[in-house]
Amino acid sequence: MKFQRPRNLTGLAPFLLLLVAVAIYVGVAVATGQTQYLTAENLLGLLGRSIALGITAVGQTFAILIASIDLSVANLISVAAVLGSSIMSGDPSMMLPAIVAVLAVGVVVGLINGLIITQFEVNPLIATLGMALVLQGLLSAAFNNFAGEVPEEFQVFAYGQVGGVSISLIFLIGLTVAAWVFLRFTRAGSKIYSVGGNPDAAKLAGMRTTRVVILAHVICSVCATIAGLYLASRLRSGAPWIGRDGVYDLESIAVVVIGGTALSGGRGGVWGTLMGVMIFSLIDSIFNLAGVDAFAKQILRGVIIVAAVAIYAMRSRRIEA
Amino acid sequence: MMDRLKQMNPVFLVLLLLFVAIAILSPYFLQPTGYMNFLKRAAPIAILAVGQLYVINSGGFDLSAGALVTLTVIGSSILLDGEASATWWVILAMLGVGVTVGTVNALVVSWLRVPSIIATLGMMITLSGIALTWSGGAPRGYLPENFRFFGRFLIKDLPLIKILPVAVIVMIVVCALLWWLMHRTNYGKRLIAMGDNPKAALLAGVPLTQTRIVAFAMSSISAVIAGILLGGFAGVSTDVGVGLELQAITAAVIGGAQLLGGRGTVGATIAGALVLQAMFTLLNILGFPKPVRDVVQGLILISAVVIAGYRRRRSGG
Repeated sequence: MKFQRPRNLTGLAPFLLLLVAVAIYVGVAVATGQTQYLTAENLLGLLGRSIALGITAVGQTFAILIASIDLSVANLISVAAVLGSSIMSGDPSMMLPAIVAVLAVGVVVGLINGLIITQFEVNPLIATLGMALVLQGLLSAAFNNFAGEVPEEFQVFAYGQVGGVSISLIFLIGLTVAAWVFLRFTRAGSKIYSVGGNPDAAKLAGMRTTRVVILAHVICSVCATIAGLYLASRLRSGAPWIGRDGVYDLESIAVVVIGGTALSGGRGGVWGTLMGVMIFSLIDSIFNLAGVDAFAKQILRGVIIVAAVAIYAMRSRRIEA
Repeated sequence: MMDRLKQMNPVFLVLLLLFVAIAILSPYFLQPTGYMNFLKRAAPIAILAVGQLYVINSGGFDLSAGALVTLTVIGSSILLDGEASATWWVILAMLGVGVTVGTVNALVVSWLRVPSIIATLGMMITLSGIALTWSGGAPRGYLPENFRFFGRFLIKDLPLIKILPVAVIVMIVVCALLWWLMHRTNYGKRLIAMGDNPKAALLAGVPLTQTRIVAFAMSSISAVIAGILLGGFAGVSTDVGVGLELQAITAAVIGGAQLLGGRGTVGATIAGALVLQAMFTLLNILGFPKPVRDVVQGLILISAVVIAGYRRRRSGG
């Protein structure tokens, strides 16, 4: 493949960005005399505040790696949270059925997204945007407030700790490791890179590209439903607006791209995405330390997303749409 | 004749069917006040959609249009605060903001090589940040009558059509200008060539950066104009523009525009915007709750693209 960089290099750029962000964070903390925030625990805690974004973004990485994109994740998160918490209704014995049902919804939504994109050749932006509208409409037609209740036992997902580290953080890191192993060491994983890098070549090489695209979308949707379950666990109930309020669709795309995965597909990986999530939370913390106004923070965020992507784009001299 | 009919964009047929359905269900719609009100409400989305079409035909997206609508409404009301004599300056200033936003979007795409979806997403976040910082998160100030004139005023006692909202005149004038630029000038040909195949267009001597700047500027200017109309008839709020960029893209797609490059026409895009608005009106008449609008918008969005793809493959284009 002509365009593919050595994989060890693709991870380097987000790592450098992360170092820069850490350096600024330390600098601001020292300059404002708030050195009490400079502990390893705190840095890890940064990631802990973005678990839902992290889980969603790991899934989004799969969609973007095959040169697709998924705009339906935010609304799918809401559906998962509401559905999970309604089925549980505070009853611990309903936890397993709820989890199975929610993950099944994720599989179905991913399948539909993948089928629309591959069978009808619909642009993925449009297909998943349409799915997003349908999901949100169905959800808002049925619910307009917090629905159901999550039993104490399920709140362990968001609030439990093992040896001082939160379970949700361990889960996110475990998920990332699993995703990395899948992408790096399995045949399906290398197919994802081939199909994303050059679908025509992959097809000529005898790959069933449609299956790969559908698989990536199913993984993406399932991750979004897991993020929905996590949010239901954290808020103790599901609400039909939590996905949209978190802007998880656009934010997950932004962190994946900041993490060095190319929107044109075929290059990048989940570790970069995790670094992207950390960079995002670091930016937030830096603004908090520096006492930047909440709205001004948003302005800077927009500029930073564009700047980060510009840095990558300048590195690879390809014309992209 | 039959061939021409077959080649006709199905969006016009769909629009006709929707109008018939609405007219049967609600005879009010056949009266001048009925259809003129409909056109008035469709005006902002039609203008936005045609602006968006320029960017889509160039091979990109403009996700920042909705945030720019909000900024226009919020900014104008704070700057004016009821001061009628300043209206013209503020409108000029806002159009200036539009040109600037569009140019920055285009330059970020051209010079920094950022994909337009990310560039305009960053712009969307930035613009809504500016609108929130400026207003402090709640609507402030208020719009004087002569500013609201464009969105709200009705010319009455006309023969035949009886009333004519100013918003409809604005829509016709803006869309006519944008139609002329897209379909009757060399610029329009360059734009479509660029969306079809940027490398070939570059080799053929199309100045890509300039062409892109004009395309994004047209989208941003149309967002400012849509904002002026919406400020006129909907008033000041901090979420007036939310989701409008997606509605505009939907309208263009319903009209048959192909994403990532070229070939959408202004006429079909306006029809697409009217289809969207007619669909909302119909659902409203049928008494469906608002969320159903989202479901329907999603389904027609996907089916429009499926049908367009099917027609394209069959015609071998």
